[in-house]
Amino acid sequence: MAETAVKEKEVKTAEPFFGKKERKLLTDPLNDNNPITVQILGVCSALAVTSQVYPAFVMAIAVTLVTGFSNLFTSMLRSYIPSQVRMIAQLVIIAFLVSMVELALKAYNFPIYKQLTVYIGLIITNCIVMGRLEAFAMANKPWRSFLDGIGNGLGYGAVLIIVALIRELFGKGSLFAGSAVEMKIIGPSADYFINTTESTLFGWYSNNNLMVVPSAAMFVIGILIWIQRSRNKKLVDIS
Amino acid sequence: MSTRYVITFIIILTSVVAVALTGFRQVTKNKADLNEEIFNKRSILQAVEAEFPEGTKVGGFTEDQILEIFDKQVEQVVLNMAGEVQTGKKAEDVDLATEKKKPEGDRLLPLYIFNQDGKKYYILSVRGRGLWDEIWGNIALASDLNTVVGATFDHKGETPGLGAEIKDNPAFAAQFEGKQIYQDGKLVSIKVRKGGAQDEQHEVDAITGATITSEGVTEMLKKGIKFYEPYFNSIRSKQ
Repeated sequence: MAETAVKEKEVKTAEPFFGKKERKLLTDPLNDNNPITVQILGVCSALAVTSQVYPAFVMAIAVTLVTGFSNLFTSMLRSYIPSQVRMIAQLVIIAFLVSMVELALKAYNFPIYKQLTVYIGLIITNCIVMGRLEAFAMANKPWRSFLDGIGNGLGYGAVLIIVALIRELFGKGSLFAGSAVEMKIIGPSADYFINTTESTLFGWYSNNNLMVVPSAAMFVIGILIWIQRSRNKKLVDIS
Repeated sequence: MSTRYVITFIIILTSVVAVALTGFRQVTKNKADLNEEIFNKRSILQAVEAEFPEGTKVGGFTEDQILEIFDKQVEQVVLNMAGEVQTGKKAEDVDLATEKKKPEGDRLLPLYIFNQDGKKYYILSVRGRGLWDEIWGNIALASDLNTVVGATFDHKGETPGLGAEIKDNPAFAAQFEGKQIYQDGKLVSIKVRKGGAQDEQHEVDAITGATITSEGVTEMLKKGIKFYEPYFNSIRSKQ
């Protein structure tokens, strides 16, 4: 992976600070080169933390920060990192950032820390982070690497939130549970917007328990990939 | 690059990271510890949620409210295995996870006595094993030391949607309200029965698909409540 990455040319001419290329670094991972649906990376955590929107949202921010800053730091150090130990050096940087995120969550958003538990620590093993360091940050300048990291984090986060929206709505009948903007949409008590015990129109409705278990995310992500590929011409396999 | 360079590089990198992390931990430590304390106290109060005025949600209390209620209405008692009150110790300093590692005779037990409207409620803490890791909970008893008024459960790593429902599904813990732990003067605890409760007073429904976690809860309650029996007897003999 690294060998091919190093061959990517570094453009020496003066570049705009936030030109077309930079924009592309941010937007590409959102659709055409999405880490989850196209590169199929980071699926493990996408299965685990997407049962509710709010934790998924916090996870998305955490991963975006980690990918962004680990790309930035790795890129800044790229000419100093000895190639024999480059993976160890990258891991130290990732682990450092993940630990910072974990400590910050413990101090500033404890309930979410309790909900995400080990998955915050497991960002260290998220293939997206390491993948971007090897494929991009080791061969590109800091600013562009930073954007690439943020872009990939956002691409990951976007899928996480879409999956979580679907799973929480159909699995628990709520949205953003646990946050300040909690919405109770449909369920069997008066707390919910649509009360299934009283409504004649929705009397048949009950939550889908499959949506609560992690395997549901597998189906949802699969369907997302299907929809994306059928709509995005660039992703059609022409081989 | 020479070996010396590699070693120096790694040593510098790890030292910088270690110093930064230690520093950040020191800065956030107080806040994180306070969060943990409030989190634990909140979950203890949740066990007696039904005793607050109708419609009160312990989850909605602010941090200051939690600490204030704890200061004013909760008596913290530490017991030894013979049921004797240990003076000068506070229940919140007793960590059941550590106590569980000691030989049974040397353990200490935390007991929270909640005073509301002139009535006393006894909140016991129990800890056991689920499928993957430890599970724990708080059981609140009315002043007859028999009728359960509420319970909360938590876990370290049970399967989401299955074993994790002991915490995530409020309906599971709600079943415990009104159950009795004594039958004809004999301590029988409460059983989580697969296939549905049969004995209305001493059994609750198990969670579908989480047999081992459910059995773990039964076992935890059976052992955990029994530890408090000497204390119950000493109170009864005084009455």
